[in-house]
Parts: sequence; structure tokens; C-alpha cells
Amino acid sequence: MTMIKVSKKELIKLIGKPLDDETLKDRISMIGTDLEYIQNDEISVEIFPNRPDMLSCQGLARALSSFIGVKTGLKNYKIQKSNKQLLVDKSVKDIRPYTACAIIKSLKLNDEKLKEIIDVQEKLHIGIGRNRKKVAIGIYPSEVISYPIRFEALNPEKIKFKPLESNIEMSARDILEKHPKGKEYAHLLGGKEKYPIFIDSKNKILSMPPIINSDDTGKVTESTKEIFIECSGFSFESCKITLNILVTMFVDIGGEIYSMDLIYPDKTYESPDLNPRKMKMDISYINRLTGLNLSETEVKELLEKMGFGYENKKVLVPAYRSDILHQIDLAEEVAIAYGYENFIEEIPNVSTIGAEDPLEIFKKKIVYLLTGLDLIETNTYHLTNLNDHNEKMDNKTEVVEIQETKSSDYSILRSWMIPSLLKVLSENRHNSYPQNIFEIGSTFKFNKETETGVEESQRLAVLLSDAKTDFTHIKQILDAIFLNLDLEYSIEETEHNSFIPGRVGRISVKGKNIAYIGEIHPKVLVNFGLENPVAALEINITELFKLINN
Amino acid sequence: MDINILAESLHPLERKAIPHLKNKITDKELEKKSGLKNAEISRVLQWLENKEIIKIKQETKEIICLDKNGKNYLRTNLPEKAFLETIKNNPLSLKEIESKARLDKQELNISVGLLKKHNYIELNDDKISITQKGKDFLKDDSEIKFLKSLPLEASKLDKKILKELSERKEIIKTNFEKTKVIELTELGEKIIKSKLDENLIEAVNQDILKNSSWKDKKFRRYDIKLPVPKIYPGKRHFVNQVNEYTKRIWMDLGFKEMTGPLLNTSFWNFDALFTAQDHPVREMHDTFFIKNPRSGKLPDKKLVNYVKEVHEGNSDLDSLGWQYSWDENEAKRNILRTHTTVLSAKTLNSLKKEDMPLKFFAVGKCFRNETLDWSHLFEFNQTEGIVIDKNNNFRHLLGYLKQFFKKMGYEKARFRPAYFPYTEFSVEIDIFDPQHQKWIEIGGAGILRPEVVVPLLGEDIPVLAWGPGVDRIMTSVYKLKDIRELYKNDLKQLREIKIWMK
Repeated sequence: MTMIKVSKKELIKLIGKPLDDETLKDRISMIGTDLEYIQNDEISVEIFPNRPDMLSCQGLARALSSFIGVKTGLKNYKIQKSNKQLLVDKSVKDIRPYTACAIIKSLKLNDEKLKEIIDVQEKLHIGIGRNRKKVAIGIYPSEVISYPIRFEALNPEKIKFKPLESNIEMSARDILEKHPKGKEYAHLLGGKEKYPIFIDSKNKILSMPPIINSDDTGKVTESTKEIFIECSGFSFESCKITLNILVTMFVDIGGEIYSMDLIYPDKTYESPDLNPRKMKMDISYINRLTGLNLSETEVKELLEKMGFGYENKKVLVPAYRSDILHQIDLAEEVAIAYGYENFIEEIPNVSTIGAEDPLEIFKKKIVYLLTGLDLIETNTYHLTNLNDHNEKMDNKTEVVEIQETKSSDYSILRSWMIPSLLKVLSENRHNSYPQNIFEIGSTFKFNKETETGVEESQRLAVLLSDAKTDFTHIKQILDAIFLNLDLEYSIEETEHNSFIPGRVGRISVKGKNIAYIGEIHPKVLVNFGLENPVAALEINITELFKLINN
Repeated sequence: MDINILAESLHPLERKAIPHLKNKITDKELEKKSGLKNAEISRVLQWLENKEIIKIKQETKEIICLDKNGKNYLRTNLPEKAFLETIKNNPLSLKEIESKARLDKQELNISVGLLKKHNYIELNDDKISITQKGKDFLKDDSEIKFLKSLPLEASKLDKKILKELSERKEIIKTNFEKTKVIELTELGEKIIKSKLDENLIEAVNQDILKNSSWKDKKFRRYDIKLPVPKIYPGKRHFVNQVNEYTKRIWMDLGFKEMTGPLLNTSFWNFDALFTAQDHPVREMHDTFFIKNPRSGKLPDKKLVNYVKEVHEGNSDLDSLGWQYSWDENEAKRNILRTHTTVLSAKTLNSLKKEDMPLKFFAVGKCFRNETLDWSHLFEFNQTEGIVIDKNNNFRHLLGYLKQFFKKMGYEKARFRPAYFPYTEFSVEIDIFDPQHQKWIEIGGAGILRPEVVVPLLGEDIPVLAWGPGVDRIMTSVYKLKDIRELYKNDLKQLREIKIWMK
């Protein structure tokens, strides 16, 4: 979830048309962002991960302005040539292979603007940049750089500079070990023999991506008029789109874009490239999916509301849009422009036969039987902990464990149901007795044969508890179930640590063990803080159902 | 009320009590005289009062009882008396008195103070001698008599002694005793004078039916307005009542149920649903990954390869994909399902073209790695639906959803653009809660992307899909302020909670 906060005044100025709060709320919600609130001058909006271009006030305003019909269609951006170069050395190929870059001039920055820029940069890092792994952004004051710039990878020993937020020159290793940003992102350079750097023609290091900029050549201030931007990472496409999102934002802030020669060992690009991507689009495909009957002109107008262009049966996709992967994405753009609120819902006249899953039907029948016996159905979590599940039961079972859980009370998956229901009883001591409860739930056991190595069974547990509850009562329940299933079972005495010796049995049907029945051992009752006896039953419903149907 | 009808409605216990009733009789006296048990008396008095035969006045009496020291002194003697006893004949020093009278320091000090104050003793040099007044006091046993008479009502005791003793440490204490004092009403006076029919039938039983004695006898009349002890039915858990109804809606709309395991490989939960491997939802802090067994098996190679190509952007679909290098091991990681859409993925992969059109639904638990609090659960209920039909369009999606929520009791539903990696169009559903007069965000829906459908189904058909949560509907209907109450399993709550009315 990425939340942004923008100034209403600023947003409306950029949109270019006064809007009241209600309209603003409605339009922000219907463009494909989630409005959190408007309070005084502050607007809080959640930007979905498919639209990093709306993470800035400028980007959001650009989309809204088009959506409400003020400035529609594809935006044209003027790019002038800077005649400056960025040389990509082959040494970065296996380290951080791609970069895209641009120069912005004529900037007028102030403290507020700088904060906004840093904020957008951070949000792009987290989202499209996947925490700087996929894309990392560097912004530098161009005035102090001597071009051309080189992007190369060096042995860490050879890298030494004064990083931002530091007073002293540090080695690459020191930065990764001691600098706060270094420590945070060191894993991204883990295992690399060389580290990537941007370095200028006077051999001043600008930055070590994706970690940190230099304090001398990588610190933009209010007096900076001209900046150099680079986006480096593992996907050239993502680097370019991130760069495009940034440079178009800078134009809306008041800057002018200057291109650079981006020279790879095998190819030279002019960067940034804001030419729209051309996509073919089939009007009938759009109509089929939307259920509308739009003409080509209507589709063109709708696409223009979303900031796209349309010419010669081709859609022109803005260079800052990262989410248009397939023609279906264009269909959705058309639908959003048309307005989700304007679609007339329809249930098609298609006849299909509804059906419930047979095991679910069986479970429901068991539930009806048991509620008919005045038992209350509970609903417990699948996740529990070793203490409740094994220690308190005095019964070691193998359990499936969760890798990382936010609460240690819920760190394993249960392998049987009775512990969960004993816990329910232990939390109900203040309520009146008898307490007769049951639940059918998923349980988890190791089984190498399955796709995941875990087998899930539906198991029924019945627990009876009152001052005089004993084995007879629980066996009556067992008998009532089997009588109504018209099924015979056999019962054999067995041993189980959680039950009283001599009062615990194994139930089998057609020679297959499918249930336990007995009186819970006093030490277990004490472990759960219970003061009344408990008689319990646990049946593997999945197995029972299979046996019935064989 | 007719006095005869009233007489016929008297309970056997009331009949036992009535002959002993008189004005100002207390409950305790009535208990003794009637021979009824204590619990019976309080019930009888309640009934008689309801019938306006008596009025009950609660009186609280102040009863003075012996306290710890009082009990001791009654056995031995009051310390000041014991003090005087030792010097009855000869003056003694304080030390001598202390050992002879066997008083502790505190008692000795109190005694000296008290005896001096009343001039019962005199101090000559270092010896203490008794005065004439003291001698008189020693003979006076009114305090011991007082103590012996306890427990007794405060009003019946000597006020002066009561005051003195109550100021001293733990000699006496006051208990408040509640007594019911009965007063006969006008009706009551009549009832005790009238002759009660002893021949009423109390219960219908086999004898009465056999010998037909009911024909010439009357039945005792009941007070049918009296409350009775509570009993509770066996009951489905309310969450399951809602789930059961949810299932029925889908079945009524021609949907077939999908079920499957809660633990799945990431392949089915994420990769087959075109969720990039570096998507934040696939991180440990959002999803429950399994420690052991850490990984599972992948399905057939053809499908796995297709999914890989689609992710990387080099499939035969006209799609850019996510432009990264897809890792098989990441897809093998076991997790707890984060959405029921995993069932839709598996179902799509199992279908035959000739069976279409098809509709499927699921209702089930899903998981996310959350810390439990009033608004977050790590297990939640989702309801899933897919419609596989080549004629599907966006309007149909909205149509099915609107119908579902209408059947759930929500007339107004609105749809907003949203984003999910596996759908396009993507929709966020809000329903209007008329009870709280506000819109509730209920979850997502959309049309599955070709990148999802084609590898699984082998054909590019628009598949409508949705997976709204139902927990927020439950908390709203059942007026729960804390979402944890859904799974609190408090038996009082489960016994008393209203049944789902749909």
C-alpha cells in the first residue's frame, strides 16, 4: 500500500480547473486510485502499484486533468540535446547491467519541492524499484559534474568517497558496514566482486548505486538549477520508465528536459526516450470485453481521457506508463474512461447447474446431527502453538511449522482438533455448564505423496464437559453418529498420553483406524486449567467419507 | 381477581406457607414454622408477592457480634479487670503487674490509660494501688454480661457499654442482617381465612389418565407469566451460518463448488496468477511461508514453462510480461493460501472445452501474516466465483456481483477501478450498509488476464472472477466492534447470538 499526501491547492492548480471537494473525491475514486480523505488542504490517496506515474502530485494532476477533460490526449514533451554523455562500461554487465539518464535544466527548487522530490524518489524505490533491487534512482547537481560520466564496476578497495549524511570519506566496505543506508541495502551487493559506481571525467565518484550518493557531487540543494538523473538496475525497461516518470514530473515542476548520449559497449541510445509505444488495438475486442458498442471515434476519445493517443488504428501509450502489457489493459483504460458507474449490469442468460461439493454435504449432515444433540459448534484458528498443541496435551506430534509469524502464539498448523477445543473450554470456565462443543476443521500432517508434502484432512472433534461427564456420554454421541450413518464400527482399547489409561479407545471402520475416543487425562485438564472432566471424540471425516463411498 | 381462581393457582409450596402467614412475620420465622427450606421460602415469598397476597419489606438489622479479642476476653477476662485483680490486695509495680496479669504491652498500656482516666488506680512512688472506685468497678460484671448476650440487635443493648467497647480493638463488630418482613394485603387477609381446595391436580401423569380422576378434579392454575430457567439449542457457529447461506446463493445462481487444501505451492497461489516473484505480497511479512516442508512439487513441465515465459515476457501471448528472470524454486515454496483464487487457478487447469460455459464458487479460509488486533485477523473468509464463458463481458461481472450482494441483503453496490496483478479489468466493490449508513469496502473482482487464462485453460476466454471477503458483512450484521469476536468462541455469545435470518 503506497499512500501519498498532496496539497489540494497545488493539485487543482496543476489540473487547471477549479473542483469542489465532492467532485474531487468522486473523480479520484473513479480513476483507479483509492481516496483516503480530504482534510483542509491535504488530500491522501492510495496509489496502486500499477500506476507509479501517479505517485507525484504532478503525475496525479496530469492523469486527473485528462480524465475530467481539461487537458486530454497524449502529452508532447520538448527534449533538447545536451550533447553530454554517459558511458556504460562492460564491467557492470553482471553487477548492475542497465542505466538510463537525463539532464533537467532551468529548475527553481525550494525546500518544499526538494522534500516532494525525495518523497517521490523513495516511493518509486519501494514500488517499481522493488526496494532498489530492480531500479535505483540517483539525482545529482549537474553543475558540479564534469562530463562525460562513466558507469563502471570497481573492486571495493578502489572505491572511496564521502557519502551523504557523513562528514568523512569512507571506503566502499565501510559504507556497507557502518553507514545507515549502507547497512540497509548492503544485501543488494552481497556476493559481488565489484561494486558499481557513477564517476565523472575528473574521477570524482558521484554515487555507488543502489546504496548512496556522494556528498560532494550527489547532493541537490535549493540553489541547484540543473540536475543529472540516472536510474540503474536489472531491467532496462523499468529503468527507462522510472526515468520517464521522473523527467515528466520535473517538466510539470518547471524544468526543461535535455537528452544525453547513453553509450553502451554495443549500442548508443538517446536518453530519455519519451516517444510513445505504439500498440495495435482491435475495437471489436474492446466492445466484446466491455459489453458496449463503441465506435472508433468514441474509443479514441475515451483513450484520450486516459492520456493516450490514437492514430492510424494504433494506440500511443505514454512513455511513463508501466502497466500496459497487453491489449486487455487498453480495454480497461477505455472502461475507466467510460466510467465504471455508467455500466449497466446484466446477468447473462446462461444455464449451468449448481452443485455443492460431496464432502461438504457430508460435513453438513454431521453438523446437523450434532446440533440436534444440543452441541454447540465452535470455529477455531488453524494456527496454534506447540505449547497448546503438544506440551499441554502431553503428546508429541509432528507438526507443520510456519517460517515467520508475527505472533508466536500462532506458529504451527494443528495436526488434530482436540487441543484447539480444549483451549476453547479453558477460555470458557466462567460460563455455565454443561459445555458440549464440536467442530470440523482442517488438520495438517506430513505426507510425501502429495504435491506440497502435506496432507490435509477434515477432522471432527466432540468435547463434552460437565461435573459428571464420563466415557458413557461420549460413546453415546459416537453411537448416535454411526447409527444415523447406518455404519458399524469396532472399538479397541488403546494407549494415548492425553487420555486416562483404560478409558481410551481406537475406532475403526472396515479395518481402518479413523477415530479416538476417551476421557481426557487429569494432567491435561490441569494444564488447561479445567475443573470439570472432559470426554472427547475425534474422527477423521475425510477418511470416513472415503470409506462410505468405496 | 376472583379469590377462587387465585386459590386454584397456588403452588403446593405456597399452600404450605399460607397457614403460617401473619402480619409482621419474618422470613426466618416463616421458615421455622412452615418447615420449608430456605431456598423454597424465598421463591414462595416472591410468588406470593407477585400475586399481591403479601407485601415484603426489607429490613436491615444491626447485629452486634463478638470479634476476635472479645471472644478471648470472654474466656479469660477483660485486660483492665485482669490488671486490677493483681493489685486487689497489694500495690505492685507495673513490671510485676505485667507478668502476673499476663498482658502484652499494648493491653497493658490500654489498661493503664483506661484505669487512670476513671481514677480506678493511684500511683504511689513506683507502686500502683487500687482505689475504692476501682474496687467497685472490679465487682461490676456488666461488660462481661454484655459480651455474653451477643449476638444481639444493637437497639437492645446498653448504649454506653456498646460505645466504649466498639471504640476498642476487635472486641465487638457489627453485622448487617437482611430480614424480610411480611405484611398481608387485603387479599392476603382473605386468602388466609378462606378454605383452600386440597384436591387440585398438580401434574398430569399415567395414574390420572388411567383412573380418569382428572374428570372431577380441577388442575392447579399456573402463573404462566413467570420466567423459567434458560435452555440453549445446539447451534451452528454464526460464521458458518453465513458461509452456508453464501454457498446457497452461488448454488442458486448455478455455480458449482470448488474445494482444496489451505496449504499450496506458491506456483498455484501466485505464479499461475501472474503475480511477479518480486511482488511485495510474496514477502514473508505478508504471507505465511511454511518452514517444513519448505517446498512442494510443480505441475507438468508444459504448464510451468508457459507460466515462466508469460512472466518473463517471451510467451506467444502479445504481452510484455514482468521482464525478469523467473525462478522455479521460488514457485515451489509452500505457503498458506492468501486467496481462494488459488482454487480458481487449479479449476481452470482441469477443464475441458466441451464443458463450457461453466460457473464455479468457493467459500473458505485464507491467510495473511498479520498481528491480531481489533480490525485484523490472520485467517479470514473469502467467497470466490469464476464464470468461464466466451461471451462474458464486464457488464456480466457487475451483474453477478450486484445480484450476490442483493441476496446478502445489500441493495446498493458500487464498483470502482482497482488493481490486482491477475485481473484486468479490476474492480473494487463497495456495498452500502443501511444499518450504519455508510459504504463498506468489501473486496475485489475482475476479468482474469490472458496471461493467467491462456496457460491454464489453453484458450483466451474472458473469465469473470471475484473474491470479496465476507468477514466485514458478518461483523456488521452481528454488530461486532472487534473482528476477533468472530472466533472468540465464547459459549455465552454462541448460545445467545441471533441466528442468521436468510
